[in-house]
Amino acid sequence: MTTLLTILVLVLVAIAIWQMTKIFELSQIKADNSQVASDKDNKYNGYLMFAFLIFIYGITIFSFWKYAKFLLPEAASEHGAEYDSLMLWSMVIIFIVQTITQALLHYFGYKYRGEKGKKALFYADNDRLEFIWTIIPVIVLAGLILWGLYTWTNIMDINDEDDPLIVELYAQQFNWTARYGGGDNVLGGANVRMIDINRANVLGLDESDPYSNDDVIVKELHLPVGRKVNFKFRSQDVLHSAYMPHFRAQMNCVPGMITEFSFTPSITTEEMRLNPDVVDKVKRTNAIRAERAANGEPNSDPWEFDYILLCNKICGKSHYNMQMKIIVETEEEYNAWIESQQTFSQLMASMQ
Amino acid sequence: MSATAHAHVDDHADDHGHHHKETFVTKYIFSQDHKMISKQYLITGLIMGIIGIAMSLLFRMQLAWPGESFPIFETLLGRWAPDGVMDANMYLALVTIHGTIMVFFVLTAGLSGTFSNLLIPLQIGARDMASGFLNMLSYWMFFISSVIMLISLFVEAGPAAAGWTIYPPLSALPMAQPGSGMGMTLWLVSMAIFIASSLLGSLNYIVTVINLRTKGMSMTRLPLTIWAFFVTAIIGVVSFPVLLSAALLLIMDRSFGTSFFLSDIFIQGEVLHYQGGSPVLYEHLFWFLGHPEVYIVLLPALGITSEVMSTNARKPIFGYRAMVASILAIAFLSTIVWGHHMFISGMNPFLGSVFTFTTLLIAIPSAVKAFNYITTLWKGNLQLNPAMLFSIGLVSTFITGGLTGIILGDSTLDINVHDTYFVVAHFHLVMGISALYGLFAGVYHWFPKMFKRMMNKNLGYVHFWVTAICAYGVFFPMHFVGMAGVPRRYYENTAFPMFDELTDLNILITIFALIAGAAQLVFLYNFVHSIFYGKPTVQNPWKSNTLEWTAPIEHIHGNWEGKIPEVHRWAYDYSKTLPNGDYVIKDQDFVPQDVPLQEKEEELHH
Repeated sequence: MTTLLTILVLVLVAIAIWQMTKIFELSQIKADNSQVASDKDNKYNGYLMFAFLIFIYGITIFSFWKYAKFLLPEAASEHGAEYDSLMLWSMVIIFIVQTITQALLHYFGYKYRGEKGKKALFYADNDRLEFIWTIIPVIVLAGLILWGLYTWTNIMDINDEDDPLIVELYAQQFNWTARYGGGDNVLGGANVRMIDINRANVLGLDESDPYSNDDVIVKELHLPVGRKVNFKFRSQDVLHSAYMPHFRAQMNCVPGMITEFSFTPSITTEEMRLNPDVVDKVKRTNAIRAERAANGEPNSDPWEFDYILLCNKICGKSHYNMQMKIIVETEEEYNAWIESQQTFSQLMASMQ
Repeated sequence: MSATAHAHVDDHADDHGHHHKETFVTKYIFSQDHKMISKQYLITGLIMGIIGIAMSLLFRMQLAWPGESFPIFETLLGRWAPDGVMDANMYLALVTIHGTIMVFFVLTAGLSGTFSNLLIPLQIGARDMASGFLNMLSYWMFFISSVIMLISLFVEAGPAAAGWTIYPPLSALPMAQPGSGMGMTLWLVSMAIFIASSLLGSLNYIVTVINLRTKGMSMTRLPLTIWAFFVTAIIGVVSFPVLLSAALLLIMDRSFGTSFFLSDIFIQGEVLHYQGGSPVLYEHLFWFLGHPEVYIVLLPALGITSEVMSTNARKPIFGYRAMVASILAIAFLSTIVWGHHMFISGMNPFLGSVFTFTTLLIAIPSAVKAFNYITTLWKGNLQLNPAMLFSIGLVSTFITGGLTGIILGDSTLDINVHDTYFVVAHFHLVMGISALYGLFAGVYHWFPKMFKRMMNKNLGYVHFWVTAICAYGVFFPMHFVGMAGVPRRYYENTAFPMFDELTDLNILITIFALIAGAAQLVFLYNFVHSIFYGKPTVQNPWKSNTLEWTAPIEHIHGNWEGKIPEVHRWAYDYSKTLPNGDYVIKDQDFVPQDVPLQEKEEELHH
């Protein structure tokens, strides 16, 4: 990488020097000093136009070759597969258009570079051409809009069919808390005005609400694979955004209202760790970390892949480190885990 | 030089009778002459631009080498960078002020303010703006708001740091972050004054374009620059007041205990009294301006490109009417797409569907514009002056950045790239870099008109090519950072091992950014040097058709000696030929707008 950077910088410096020499040369044997482009300027810059087209293609290919592996692994949620294919098709269309239009633009810049005495074509309009390049985007976009809206409506249709697990994600500067409905799968009422830090009622649960008693409050999000999860989001102070990139899921947490998102996890953490892309990523990352360890730098512990919940809405000083681990596991593992957790009423009792 | 101007004024009594004596103050400071005001806008905008870009270089260095100590941080940031390590709050403040300065102070006031002022009277054939006094007031309010914004950098707890969108409650509660104290108050005051300035300017532009066009200058003969400035001013008048209302309500929430945007807040161990407000309401108000703002920034750049490209291609702009129609369509649609910034804000998902629909519609007029630019180049005789290169560059980044808008405008796809670096890459290319290219194209092209001298073309070429390479070098790979899931406004990415391998990529981006920053020094040198030592210009250096080049090089109050020129044709009769194949004017491939229809010349209705 470093070598590559060095080469790149050298190339750029070389271009700069070459240009500078040109300036020098031109300022020496200057017949015409009008500062308006001469035929020679048109020629050089025309060639550079063509070179720039190659540069654009080059940086595109380079980025894909070098950075495509950084992209998120396959979606770990059911709607995520649909998301990924819509993304793929949109990208394909974008790159086709990008490749063609940039080629035309820069090639014309090179091909029609000015020369003294050349006559430009007086060509002011052509209704048919303009109709064509209005109607083609209309058709393509209509397709994308329909597909996108269909998917969007499905994703955002949050309902109680198929016995969803109800989970509250609670945001505050600068950490996350999760609350499960417990045995009845119903969240007890809550409001920031009922927060009682001294008694560890940090989420402001209504202690008189019977639904609250069996709620489970945890700092690590466990989800059973294959079961729909309906998330309710709350924030106690400023805007936050619950971003779960591996599940193609995100929703803002807004003080004063409860927002919702729903998805069905489809791949357990264990399975995802065996995904070849993830295995490679972990290998690369741990190589970097081992190097850091050798140099005695921080952040050098070996890493094991985990799903993660990030904050994705600026929320203050430690916005960059507001995270929670997500573990997707089998139904049995999940049941065993939730059994082992303290309920809200047990927690309150222990605080007496 | 003022001697000539005075002599002229004395000679022509029909020139409004400007017999008053000009002092240094009335000529250079409280000037009511649109040409001087445009220079004031440009220079203020450039100074703000230097500050805004320098800030971006600082936080790019932090992103590439997180937690590393740089002496320059300590020098520039003082106690915000103890031992040369940037403070996390300062990082957010830099990001916030960079965004604010670039969007409002450089690309709104610096771009639209400069060229609307310079070109509207000169290109429509008017002696000055409809109200020179309001125009002066508009500039000085802009100046005051710039000064207040800069003062906010020096307050005790630091400047505003809630992101340039300043979403409450973060921006409303001083206990949520230090920047939300005095820094945010100054930010809001500065923006309120800025909005007033922008409204005064816009109203003036609209009235001038509607009322003061010279004889023969019908709306369909206006150069596309004027169309762009005119429509931009209308969008500004429609949307800026909404931002003012958002700012006022936020000021009330902050200072007078109201609850427009706040509800149910527990912070630092206590419950606040706010009840019933909604941050989502603020988002609606903000983006009702915020999205049209993108086009307030971009349309003038596109207008400048149309003019520069046509002149330098020695060809008429292709599809003049379609260009005007797409400016109008973009302007209309831009006011009904704001919700695409809020797909996952908790807004009703059905609204998300509506905004997806309107947003993707805007791709159609944008595509028409891009294709028309490309066709304008086709079979031209391209004079690759620096301004022309920046115009072609603009079309290139406008396409690259615009295409990813198809992803972000789609509510479904937005879910996972919202607020990531994908967004940062997208809007920097499509509105940041493109609009800056428009600004540069305008400066290179109209520098002779403003300062009576030419800029050095070779330095211009160096400036363009280095900038063009670095702009792609910075923002193309950045899409991949976003698609890897890295959120915006993170002080460092080290808290997430999954982002470890992106470090090298961030270093590459920062190196490109630093080189790009250095390339702007070439421009600054060229700009300042040429003002004083540039080669004196001829009256119409680019052989252009528009009216500003029929005005004398020497700036005179009233723009033209004697009568204002009358217009007989549109602005794009480049390389127009007679039926026998000769140019309309012998051996001259352009026909200025004030030249009457020639014998045997066919009048075309464009």
